[in-house]
Amino acid sequence: MSLYVRIKKKLGKFMLDVDMTFEKDIVGILGASGCGKSMTLRCIAGIETPDEGQIILDDRVLFDSEKGIDLPPQKRHVGYLFQSYALFPNLTVEENIAIGCAVEKSKRAECVREKIEKLHLVGLEKKRPPELSGGQQQRVAIARLLASEPEIIMLDEPFSALDSHLKWQVEQEIAELISTYKGYTLIVSHNRDEIYRLCNRVAVITDGHVDAIGEKDMLFENPDTRESAILTGCKNVSAIERISEFKVRALDWGIELEVNHPVSDEIAYIGIRAHFLKPICSGDSIPAENYLKCTLVQVIENPFSWILMASGEEVAVREDNPWSFLRCEVEKAVMKKAPQSFEGLEFPKDCLLLLKA
Amino acid sequence: MNFSPLIISIKVSVIATIITFFLGIIGARVVVKMKRGKGLVDGIITLPMILPPTVVGFFLLLLFGKNSPLGRLLMNFDISIVFTWVAAVIASTVVSFPLMYRTVRGAFEDVDSDMIAAARTLGLSETRIFWKIIVPNVFPSIMAGTILAFARALGEFGATIMIAGNIPGRTQTMAVAVYTAVQSGNRELAYKWVAIICTISFASMFLMNYITSRHVKKNVKRGGL
Repeated sequence: MSLYVRIKKKLGKFMLDVDMTFEKDIVGILGASGCGKSMTLRCIAGIETPDEGQIILDDRVLFDSEKGIDLPPQKRHVGYLFQSYALFPNLTVEENIAIGCAVEKSKRAECVREKIEKLHLVGLEKKRPPELSGGQQQRVAIARLLASEPEIIMLDEPFSALDSHLKWQVEQEIAELISTYKGYTLIVSHNRDEIYRLCNRVAVITDGHVDAIGEKDMLFENPDTRESAILTGCKNVSAIERISEFKVRALDWGIELEVNHPVSDEIAYIGIRAHFLKPICSGDSIPAENYLKCTLVQVIENPFSWILMASGEEVAVREDNPWSFLRCEVEKAVMKKAPQSFEGLEFPKDCLLLLKA
Repeated sequence: MNFSPLIISIKVSVIATIITFFLGIIGARVVVKMKRGKGLVDGIITLPMILPPTVVGFFLLLLFGKNSPLGRLLMNFDISIVFTWVAAVIASTVVSFPLMYRTVRGAFEDVDSDMIAAARTLGLSETRIFWKIIVPNVFPSIMAGTILAFARALGEFGATIMIAGNIPGRTQTMAVAVYTAVQSGNRELAYKWVAIICTISFASMFLMNYITSRHVKKNVKRGGL
């Protein structure tokens, strides 16, 4: 039992070419804007038609270009939560939910009632969508989607249209809903934090192809490609030159680094997350290895942390190479000294990420 | 005063508007759904709006005249269209059609495509989507298009006189009656017809504005436009 998606679709110069298999689970699809993640969902829902490939849900073929199968969206039983919610403005909340209700007519009223209660829409039954707030509209859209009893729920950037103060609350509600839903759930987002909090598995999509797919912890702790490292929040990435099995030269930073794992031929980049870099200030003992003497370029103060932008002294910081900057984030409680006394950065060995291109 | 032009005008424009109503909606739906040749088809069916009505009338004469294949076919059934009130209906329909078609098409294209996609994923059939979702959402535009088409049909002159002629009591509409009255120097009669035409035209414009503004109000009340 799984959802198998292998599709290709050409859109101008952009080529969507994804191949993924999902188990019945909550899966996050992480990618920058325009990487093809929404298009993938639209193809699964049948709103867009791929040029070629297959989409198989459990034992049902939804799409197969070779066999000429292309089920209309009506027959796919795939629920899609649109970014704009796409409610029907001419119908009331009740009617919006009832119109796609999958249960037989005699039980429909009961089903609608249940969804209205479940999504805290009591009192709004007779209102029309334009009269509702953004958060309420989203709840109606979710109620409508659940009433159609889909086998897959797909949420397309579910928090993007909400005010920031609503986001947190809505996220909690959605987390609760999808944890009780017994089917496939796909959540598309460009926000890694949302994906990390909501999902169990993550697929990273870059430029129309699947860059990485796996358990979220594995992916966030040990991304193995440059793109998945960046998308999971790694701020510092540099191209490397291999010196020996356990030693590389980070070209963008101008430092030779000792690493814990053997460097294979595939490795082309090295990365380190901003909060793993250790700032060394005047008076601190200078580490024996993986230490880079730096110039402080900029200091950004957050309520509880400092962000230090620095660059290695050997490398001339070039405007056209943003990767030559190192970004170090440190809790104020940890770094007791003033950022002005900053002298260099230590790259702890076990925090370095070896990345493929 | 002989009121037959008023009755003929009303009869012709009501029938023409009913035909235009359905043809306009169907035409708009077909063109919006077209993948290829959209521009060409759109151009051809919008043409009667741009061409001088006399030219449209001339084309209709060619199409329904005794020497055309269609005209000859109809002759076999003993039907002659030219210079009958049916010809006036055809002329009014052809000329008013683009107004209905354009207005409704614009509204169809403005319908949120995600909303239609959502309806499909919810399992609604295409027919149900059309009648339950699309039509109610473009209803004000359909009404506006209908009234515009009616007003245009009522005022139709050029194409009508070409194909239906100016036969008092049979094909003479109000617009044609004004022309005849002025031609024959009967100013008084011309004024009367002008007054009647103006009244009906104003009434339909008021009706249209009323429907549009009522929709705007409804939207404001709903909190969005």
